[in-house]
Amino acid sequence: MAKSKPRVKVPKKAAKGDIITIKTLISHKMESGRRKDKKTGELIPRKIINHFKVEFNGAEVFSANLEPSVSANPYMQFKAKVTESGTFKFTWTDDDGSVYSTEKKIAVE
Amino acid sequence: MNVTRRQTFMLGAGAVAFATLGSQATIAFASEESDKLIAEFSGGKEATAGKIKLKAPEIAENGNTVPISFTVDSPMTADNHVASVMLLALGNPGPAVGTFNFTPMSGEAAASTRIRLAKTQEVLAMAKMSDGSIFMDKKTVKVTIGGCGG
Repeated sequence: MAKSKPRVKVPKKAAKGDIITIKTLISHKMESGRRKDKKTGELIPRKIINHFKVEFNGAEVFSANLEPSVSANPYMQFKAKVTESGTFKFTWTDDDGSVYSTEKKIAVE
Repeated sequence: MNVTRRQTFMLGAGAVAFATLGSQATIAFASEESDKLIAEFSGGKEATAGKIKLKAPEIAENGNTVPISFTVDSPMTADNHVASVMLLALGNPGPAVGTFNFTPMSGEAAASTRIRLAKTQEVLAMAKMSDGSIFMDKKTVKVTIGGCGG
C-alpha cells in the first residue's frame, strides 16, 4: 500500500498564551472493513488509523480514537494553547501496528 | 386467515403503541449499538443540550467525506475543562466515528474532521466535562451519495 505521508500545519510563531489552530492530514485509505472486493466478492479486511496523538514538549495536548466512519485521508483540525517555545509531536497509529509521526517547532515570544 | 373485528382493532392499537415507542427511541437514540456507545461514554448520565455546538452541512453531496466540526463552551482550566467529545453517525453500519480527548493545554475544545456517512442520518456529538457532566448536540445531514462502500 502507498506510504502514509503526514502533513501538518502549525504556525511558526505565536505570542505567549495564544490559542493556535493546528491542521493535520495524513494520506491513508482508511479501509473500513465493510467494503467488498469487486472481483472476488470477499470483504476487504479493515485497516485504518485508529489513534492520533499530539504532544507538546512531551505532554499530551490532544488525542483521538478513530473508527471506520472517518473518511479516507483523515483530516484533523484542533486548537492548542502555547505558553512556551517547543515542539509538537504528532503520532498516528495504524491497525497493523505501524506508527507514522512528524514534528513541528513553534517559537513563542 | 380470519381476522375478527376485535383482532383488527387490537392490531391497530398495537401498531400505534409501537410507532410511538419507536419514534421515542429515535429521538433518544437510534440503534442498540449507539445506545451502548453512549452509555459507555456517559457512564449512564443524562445528557443535556447546550454548551456543545456541532457544525455539519445540511446536504452532503458525497457521503465519503463530510466535513464536521464542533466547539464546546468551556474555560479549559485544570479543574474545569472538556475531557472528551464523542462523535456518532447514527445511521452508519458502525455508528462510532471517533472520540476526541482534550486537555487544558488545548486552550479551546474545538475540532474538525471529515467523516463518512452511509445515508441521510443524524450525527450526534457528545461532550464529557472534567466534572463528568454530559452535553450533546445533533444535526441531520442529507446525503446524496452514500459513503462506507459496499
